[in-house]
Amino acid sequence: MNGNAELRRRAHAIRRTVIEMCRGRGQGYAGQGLGLADLMAVLYFSELGEDDHFVLSTGHSSIAVFAALHERGDYELEELVTYGMDGSRIEESPLEGTPGFEITGGSLGQGLSQAVGLALGERLRGGGSRVYCLVSDGELQEGQVWEACMAAAHHRLDNLVLLVDNNRMQADGAVAEILEVEPVPERLTAFGFAARRIDANTLADVVDAFAWARGQRGRPTALVCDNIPGKGVPSFEERQRVHYVRAPDQDWAAALVELDETEVAW
Amino acid sequence: MSALAVQELVEAPFARALTALGRAREDVVVLSADLSKYTDVLPFADEFPDRFFQVGMAEANMMGIAGGLAKAGYLPIAVTYGVFATRRAYDQVAMALATGPSRAIVVAFLPGITTPFRATHQAIDDVALMRALPGMTVIDPADATEVDAALGFAVSEPGPVYIRGLRGRVARLFDPVGFRLEPRELQSGGTVGVVATGLATGWALEAAAAIDGGASVLHVPVLKPFPAAQVAAFCSRFDRVVSVENHSISGGLGSAVAETLAEGGMAVRLRRLGVPDQWAPAGSLDYIRHELGLDADGIAEALR
Repeated sequence: MNGNAELRRRAHAIRRTVIEMCRGRGQGYAGQGLGLADLMAVLYFSELGEDDHFVLSTGHSSIAVFAALHERGDYELEELVTYGMDGSRIEESPLEGTPGFEITGGSLGQGLSQAVGLALGERLRGGGSRVYCLVSDGELQEGQVWEACMAAAHHRLDNLVLLVDNNRMQADGAVAEILEVEPVPERLTAFGFAARRIDANTLADVVDAFAWARGQRGRPTALVCDNIPGKGVPSFEERQRVHYVRAPDQDWAAALVELDETEVAW
Repeated sequence: MSALAVQELVEAPFARALTALGRAREDVVVLSADLSKYTDVLPFADEFPDRFFQVGMAEANMMGIAGGLAKAGYLPIAVTYGVFATRRAYDQVAMALATGPSRAIVVAFLPGITTPFRATHQAIDDVALMRALPGMTVIDPADATEVDAALGFAVSEPGPVYIRGLRGRVARLFDPVGFRLEPRELQSGGTVGVVATGLATGWALEAAAAIDGGASVLHVPVLKPFPAAQVAAFCSRFDRVVSVENHSISGGLGSAVAETLAEGGMAVRLRRLGVPDQWAPAGSLDYIRHELGLDADGIAEALR
């Protein structure tokens, strides 16, 4: 499992970067960044080919993407710590044109439609490129997502992989309390996807799931990525309000220590 | 004394222009949300089935898919009715097509009061909405020649473009030979200046012919970027200017003229004609024009 050891190292580094980014201004989407770190590690260091596309619909999860892009050498940490600051291009919800971000996500519910367009375009070109789109579970409450699901299935887009960030929280509280979206895999299956629930904080599960997705023919795939917001920093995992974290500097410093301790414990 | 008359009726000028563009450019793809029959798109779909995407009755999704196709390197042309392209899918047009650097063209049919269905189908606010989007080019063609020219103009633009479409048999007013899509003074004379756009340019010409001494008529096909210098120069010759548009008087041509006059510090009285601040009635185009004071008599009355 040398491959997974490498991915584990990447995931840990992504988590460290997420904390460093939030520490700059004392706030940010740390919960999402930590919860998605394993998925990002597999995506960016195992799955995505040079001609593939990653579409971030959930714009405010950009922190996870920036951290992965830093790990790949696309951004310096010196710049990433300006996350969310005036004048910084490291925006909490970036627009199309920011390096590494193919679309303007963040007006939630829209990204999958653009991923469908990319998948149609790549299939028309005939190059075999694949398209990965990350939406959040709360985002599934937007009707446009389901329009896009219908289109993806109708056009048999087996070059499209929908990744649902199933973190069970949204701005106003728990998804199950605001407007339940489960059972997500069953609903996506009914819409024509090959769908599977995975533990997105277990690297081997994520790697297996992507291999499974590559084997599907004639329909789009969906990985419902169960994950724990704040994963890797126990004191964050326990927070009730982890959708957006504001904390004093010592909390972020402590989070880095916790991260390293958790990693050693593994 | 109008310099312009209907030269001929052209069958589906948009269909012709779109198909010709498809032959000229392999990167052009066309999308429809269950209105291909009614927006003159079928000839393109028949000739280029691989480059035509039927997305069903889902305009928001269509604009997103268009955005994705743009990111894949294509030039998407999303075609639907004006109300659905703007009110229904405004956020999608803004986010997927207009935040750049990729871009697409939206062609929106049934402009203004050209449909008997009332508030549901009459796009009386589409120009206002599209004008408000940063970087969006907005075109309201007056005839078959401008429908064709608008598509060519849109392709040559670097950013997103919104074109009001005219379907079926469309009158040709302008000679297509050497035609450029730009403001043009169609007739000169009289003591009142008329600034018009889209189908309302024809309405303005009818009215100008009906009044003693006539009127000067400036036709403005591109509403954004607004040709403020040409409009200001034209308006400066008159004490009184009337704008005429197939759109609400709020946010469209009349507003653009008002902004131009005010920002230029010009002492010109402006009267805005178009759909007033109300939902237009149902009925034939002639009937609705009459009810809103946009028939020749109604506009002539305002010019006198």
